Amino acid sequence: MNPFRFHIALLFCVAGLTATAKIHVVSPAGTIKSIKQALERALAGDTILVKPGVYREGNILITKPVVLLGEGRPVVEGENKHEVFSVTAGQVTISGFRIINTGVSSIKDLAGIGAMDAHNLVIRDNELAETFFGIHISNSRNSIIENNRLSVNSRSEYETGNGIHLWQSTGATIRNNTVTGHRDGIYFEFVTASRIEDNTCARNQRYGLHFMFSHDDEYHRNVFRENGAGVAVMYTRNVTMTHNLFEKNWGNSVYGLLLKDISDSKVNNNRFIQNTIAIYMEGTSRTEFTGNTFQSNGWGVRLQASCDGNTFTGNNFKSNTFDFATNGTLVLNTINGNYWDKYQGYDLNKDGIGDVPYRPVNLYTMVVERIPTAVLLWRSFLVFLLDRAEKVFPAVTPENLKDDYPSLRPYDLHS
Amino acid sequence: MAMTRVIKYVFYDILRTRFILLYTLFLLVSTIAMFQLDTDTGKVILSLMNIVLMVVPLVSIVFSTIHFFNSYEFIELLLAQPVNRKVIFLGEYFAVAFSLCFAFAAGVGLPMFFYGGGTSGITLLYSGTMLTLVFVSLAFLSSVLTRDKAKAIGIALLFWFYFSLIYDGLLMWIIYTFMDYPLEKVTLALVSLNPVDLARILMLLQLDISALMGYTGAFYKEFFGSSMGLVFSSLVLLVWIIIPVWGALRIFIRKDL
Repeated sequence: MNPFRFHIALLFCVAGLTATAKIHVVSPAGTIKSIKQALERALAGDTILVKPGVYREGNILITKPVVLLGEGRPVVEGENKHEVFSVTAGQVTISGFRIINTGVSSIKDLAGIGAMDAHNLVIRDNELAETFFGIHISNSRNSIIENNRLSVNSRSEYETGNGIHLWQSTGATIRNNTVTGHRDGIYFEFVTASRIEDNTCARNQRYGLHFMFSHDDEYHRNVFRENGAGVAVMYTRNVTMTHNLFEKNWGNSVYGLLLKDISDSKVNNNRFIQNTIAIYMEGTSRTEFTGNTFQSNGWGVRLQASCDGNTFTGNNFKSNTFDFATNGTLVLNTINGNYWDKYQGYDLNKDGIGDVPYRPVNLYTMVVERIPTAVLLWRSFLVFLLDRAEKVFPAVTPENLKDDYPSLRPYDLHS
Repeated sequence: MAMTRVIKYVFYDILRTRFILLYTLFLLVSTIAMFQLDTDTGKVILSLMNIVLMVVPLVSIVFSTIHFFNSYEFIELLLAQPVNRKVIFLGEYFAVAFSLCFAFAAGVGLPMFFYGGGTSGITLLYSGTMLTLVFVSLAFLSSVLTRDKAKAIGIALLFWFYFSLIYDGLLMWIIYTFMDYPLEKVTLALVSLNPVDLARILMLLQLDISALMGYTGAFYKEFFGSSMGLVFSSLVLLVWIIIPVWGALRIFIRKDL
């Protein structure tokens, strides 16, 4: 053999040994029977391939950068006592598992997958069922959480944690997950520059999405349906929410979208359908609402007097019981150029814009705002007469809350 | 047997006056016009709801009262025959109630069947029919209360005015005065003392359910969230149909005509 060729071959072999990571196969019938054993043997960058089976190993600590792959969806049991995976290293991937039955604790946040100081974590294609917290990540950068299904059945609110819980993180991507039955579907606190896309949060006990102090985040194409209290967004600036669907969030103080102390944000092209209150705003400033559809809600927008500098333009308001409600007479917001199905004005010059302003707040809205029980008289002849009288001589309703350029045709949105 | 013959004769009599036909035509034309003017079914139902809550009770009660007095001679004639007073009275009631219900069902129901009204349309037809029956009952009560036709029409109008406007004013005054107290059960009880309000709430359950769900108290949630609202209001409406006509019958049987 040509000695030169031999050297080349040897070189490739050595290079291969160091560069290609090893694959450790875990299977109930094989030599490595537990994930923990495999983790002990693995070096940084190795792959652990887990074959189908049920693994009951208590708390599995991941302290080195490895890839955990489940094949044929192996089940990892928490036996109602433990957190299942706890990640403390960067560059970890967990994919293809079914993680069930974590412990429930009022002191520790036990999770299906917990992570602390774990940067570039990837959690993909897992099923989590009956977990206390589903995925719990703190103090981590650039996590990717994709295509997971999280569900909890019939537990009371204090017995469930949040589905996807992020704390003090940045650059996270949460995409195409489904969360049902948890306390909050997706929970963000101090999470910045992150994206939440194409997720579905339904029938969670409290909020579908709950975030606080989480600046510069974006939310696109998510569905929030029938959650206990809708979606709450608080103490945050520079948030973008587009193409989301808020549907059937019903009940007392339940909001499609609750905005509290939000500023410089954008809420565009969303659909709000059959919520008790589609948007409730408090202390919200300089936020833009464009191209949204409000349909069949109890209240379209409930704007508290503490809001200023917000603009509502090009939205469709259809079949809502009350389009707009407010609790003060001073109005610092602009609501021009929307379509209101209750508008009764005319358009003499045929430019598609109504010639008389539309006042979305009627007298009875103000009455119901003060005395909620009075809603029982809604649509009675008496209320109709009162509203007509108020329209002719406005006394109670805020004079300046009006749409000066109401559109006569609904905008063609979401098509 | 005697009852069906009485019903038949009264029915022919009603058809001869042509008022019922005009009423049917009015409902038919206005319903079709509303469906033509607006493409949104929800808004059409809303406008129709105003007709059902205002016009239908008014027409029912005034027409029934006038009809009762116009057929006074016919009733006297029947009484000379060996026919039970109860049979005559109920025969009158069923004939009038049936023709008014038929007029309403044809006038509003037919266009709705063609244009499609959904569940809220069916609720509208249902509450309209129930209101017709209630107000025919009230008309018969006001007719037997006095011998004077003008007075009876006055009482009938007062009934209508009371249930359509005055009662809601009183209710609103109560709500306003006692706003610091939990009023949920009280208001619901008070609402059931007015058939027009009950019919309106049946419609609210269809059109404004999202807003109604925004209320405190498990009682409301149970009432509005389940079919209990429908069952409750149907039962109370039924009581509202039976009680006045029963009272009127008692008076009529003993009355010296």
